[in-house]
Amino acid sequence: MKFFDITVTELHQKLVDKELTVTELVSETLDQIEADQKVLNDFVTINREGALAQAKAIDEKGVAADNIWSGIPIAIKDNIVTKGIKTTAASKMLSNFTPIYDATVIERLQANDVIIIGKTNMDEFAMGGSTETSYFGDTRNPWDHTKVPGGSSGGSATTVSAGNSIAALGSDTGGSIRQPASYTGIVGVKPTYGRISRYGLIAFGSSLDQIGPMTRSVKDNAALLNIIAGMDERDLTSSDKAVPDFTSKIGKDIKGMKIGLPKEYLGEGINDDVKEVVRQAVEILTDLGATIEEISLPRSKYGVAAYYIIGSSEASSNLQRFDGIRYGHRAEDVKNLEDVYVKSRSEGFGDEVKRRIMLGTYSLSAGTYDAYFKKAAQVRTLIIDDFNKIFENYDLIIGPTAPTPAYKLGAEVDDPTTMYMNDVLTIPVNLAGLPAMSVPAGFSDGMPVGLQIIAKPFDEVTMYQAGAAFEAATDVHQKHPEMEDK
Amino acid sequence: MNFKTTIGLEVHIELKTNSKIFSPSPVEFGDQPNANTNVIDWGYPGVLPQTNKGVVEAGMMAAKALHADITRTQHFDRKNYFYPDNPKAYQVTQADTPIGTDGWIEIEVEGKKKKVGIAEMHIEEDAGKNSHNPNGYSYVDLNRQGTPLIEIVSKPDIESPDEAYAYLEALRQRIQFTGISDVKMEEGSMRVDVNISIRPLGADKFGTKAELKNINSFNFVRKGLAFEEKRQQKILLAGGQVRPETRRYDEASGQTILMRVKEGAEDYRYFPEPDLPSITIDDEWIKNVENKMPEMPGKRRARYVDELGLTDYDAMVLTQTKEMSDFFEAAVAQGADPKLTANYLMGDVNAYLNDQKVDLQETKLTPEHLASMVKMISDETISSKMAKKVFKAITEGEEPTSWVKAKGLVQLSDPAVLEPIIVEVVDNNEQSVADFKNGKDRAVGFLVGQIMKQTKGQANPKIVNKILMKELNSR
Amino acid sequence: MTTENNITKTDVEHVATLAKLKFSDEQLEKFTDQIEDIIGLVNTLNEVDTTDVEPTFNVTDQLNRMREDVAVRSGDKDVLLANAPETENGFIRVPAILDESEEA
Repeated sequence: MKFFDITVTELHQKLVDKELTVTELVSETLDQIEADQKVLNDFVTINREGALAQAKAIDEKGVAADNIWSGIPIAIKDNIVTKGIKTTAASKMLSNFTPIYDATVIERLQANDVIIIGKTNMDEFAMGGSTETSYFGDTRNPWDHTKVPGGSSGGSATTVSAGNSIAALGSDTGGSIRQPASYTGIVGVKPTYGRISRYGLIAFGSSLDQIGPMTRSVKDNAALLNIIAGMDERDLTSSDKAVPDFTSKIGKDIKGMKIGLPKEYLGEGINDDVKEVVRQAVEILTDLGATIEEISLPRSKYGVAAYYIIGSSEASSNLQRFDGIRYGHRAEDVKNLEDVYVKSRSEGFGDEVKRRIMLGTYSLSAGTYDAYFKKAAQVRTLIIDDFNKIFENYDLIIGPTAPTPAYKLGAEVDDPTTMYMNDVLTIPVNLAGLPAMSVPAGFSDGMPVGLQIIAKPFDEVTMYQAGAAFEAATDVHQKHPEMEDK
Repeated sequence: MNFKTTIGLEVHIELKTNSKIFSPSPVEFGDQPNANTNVIDWGYPGVLPQTNKGVVEAGMMAAKALHADITRTQHFDRKNYFYPDNPKAYQVTQADTPIGTDGWIEIEVEGKKKKVGIAEMHIEEDAGKNSHNPNGYSYVDLNRQGTPLIEIVSKPDIESPDEAYAYLEALRQRIQFTGISDVKMEEGSMRVDVNISIRPLGADKFGTKAELKNINSFNFVRKGLAFEEKRQQKILLAGGQVRPETRRYDEASGQTILMRVKEGAEDYRYFPEPDLPSITIDDEWIKNVENKMPEMPGKRRARYVDELGLTDYDAMVLTQTKEMSDFFEAAVAQGADPKLTANYLMGDVNAYLNDQKVDLQETKLTPEHLASMVKMISDETISSKMAKKVFKAITEGEEPTSWVKAKGLVQLSDPAVLEPIIVEVVDNNEQSVADFKNGKDRAVGFLVGQIMKQTKGQANPKIVNKILMKELNSR
Repeated sequence: MTTENNITKTDVEHVATLAKLKFSDEQLEKFTDQIEDIIGLVNTLNEVDTTDVEPTFNVTDQLNRMREDVAVRSGDKDVLLANAPETENGFIRVPAILDESEEA
């Protein structure tokens, strides 16, 4: 059963009404995932036995009528650790690694009887924007199998876009949820930094990383955030702010809402079709009663440079623990300790990861720290200031999610600087720790294009309200890829 | 040519908290390898650090005890380097914002008092243990990984090996009184690295430093520094240059031995730890911590002299260690005479500890038992001679009151009982009475001896003397 | 203010040593070029005046978040050791260090 035209609430009702058992639901989900795996390669691990066992247990005790997530299978990006289920971060380094603990988000899902259907493919250690840097091969865009699904959460985006999973979790460090959501025509949300515990998310850029939901509809997305958000004593950067019901304003109109449209987000390097989709979105939102005005985020164009310094620096340190000693890949034929380190790491990491480790290590070195790492951290302050100034007068900021639609596989993988510029519109949000979503808004040559909606810190409720209003006013989300030989 | 010596000390002190600095694993020693570890200590993918509030407060206590300023806004930093006992390949420490800065302690060398400055102190995590084996492997035990440390860095105020020794003694004493650490070199809860340089008198630039690492005792610190001072002098006098070296002290030969020549600073790529929010410390928190802090030795000394009537010397000896001082106070709290208790602690107890080579807390002695014994001496239930036997008994854990009763050691002080015995002894020794009358004082000693013999040594000598003199004078 | 930050093969080799990575000559050439490109991108930051601007190192809204000093024994020793490539008698085993010097 493809999940193109059904919401979690509707699926839940079927389970409650016993039109379908959890085991049947899980079994069908597994079958369709496995059927498409050869073409899409969107999973690293399919958790058939575990998911069916969990389904059986829920069938035996009965689906909780008051919990829409009870018995719903979802896909998890393979950089979120799952006890007893292989977790690789799509790296050779962890290709045989089975965690001995669950990430906090996994604990929370399981407390709600959500079923882990499998672990999705991604760019290695979440570094990349196309899911081509995975040790396990690239993932294909369901809309066109010669194109990338975006990344790094490409597997999660793909399984939802292909209708094989009703929801998935991704992670977003510089756009890794929103950009693939835009490329595959689904809803992807990066919540406020601190909204969701990072405990158990294999760290890339610790001050930027955030887990988030990926779904077909805005409401499902908000409902998934509802059960994974909130303070965690194991992540001291997770916020102690109260968690609202993120669906609470879905369906309310957006009359009088003030929305800023940064002129920098429609400038040079942005594809004309993408600009056109955003213009149409502006019209729709205006028709819905919102006021949209051009604004400026003058320093946002420096976001990419600042991000690559900060993210790579943090990553270079975070990835030092992969040393071949306590877990993960250990090179064979090592004579001494230095061999263990150098060979295990050189064999275990792919090129993109090595590039970032090198850039980060260089940026943090004694002679370059001030000119690179500290400078980037200062520019980060200015980018935050730009947002703060706008949010004094506006409720939301909108723009494209990505400068272009999905591109051909292999087109950019060896050209890091071009690839990095794809994140120009998503990165400032991570630098500032803001919540943002990508919602399907249109097409360019048959490929989906997403609209990005950025909100004030911890104001996901308003973001979802506007996203849902926009979704209801278009039919874009009703289109879906056909899974014949594309 | 004369030289001026400059010594710097970096002292690592292990904090005695229940749990580790960034993980809830217990801080305990002597367990099976890796028994006290969890995913955080192993640096597992996805784990995050969780700062232990107890460690921050211990750091504040150390800052207070060392007269340092507490840094009001702090963060942690990562120090990056690869080593098998360093699981994340970075150590979480405080490079930018040490918990305390600009402190001092007072030392005394040959009667001269001097303030030694403390540049800074910071809290950080200890590494695990890596043991090398000649079989070509190293073995890693992560039990110690994450044990909280405070590193205390002196200012370049120390000018001789004796001052370095006195600094370490004073530092250990003050830290010990805060109760945040056992501060024992032999158990690794206090570790000392020193650096030393010399320069010609009058030169304003410091000489090149040599570092001494992993020294086992204060005494070896002093000896190693003295050797190093001479070694460097010889080099300079011969027209040579001191190299920036790391050396170790060889106990057998009493020399320092080259480990490696330092080539430029290591690049640890420090940066602020993004996984931990900042910590701000306000006056109220500092006051709370101060209230939790035990009294420092200086205050205790003053109280012993002013309120308990001890001499300065006694007060100083009793406050050498917190254990001794706490023991003394607990005994006095039981009603024991302070002066007498002090005498016993400084005399018999110290002699016993030296003889057995143990620490006070490792013995069976308790303040309650010592206090009962002292009270029995004060109220003349036992004589000081008997007390020797009682003391031996309390070192074996006996309860003194019941022990004395069981052994029949109670002193005879009742004049009604003693008088007939004394009269009888005097009656039987007419010659002694005559000697006494002729002014021979020895006679009294002889008679007392006879009375003691009659009473099996249990007669109270004071009372015996009184009654005997009365008896003799009446004849 | 602009600074020229040409990165050389030697720089890249030095950084690789710090990061415990090794590259073939061919890879090293490619990496040097690519990193030079990235550094070029990064150098645009020099256009921004950051005089007196405080750096932002994280964006958490939390302050003074700490854990009470309570010990919890994980009981994970065996499962932890099971994931390690080499162990012996409860220790993690690693090939000996050539350089005997102790770090920090």
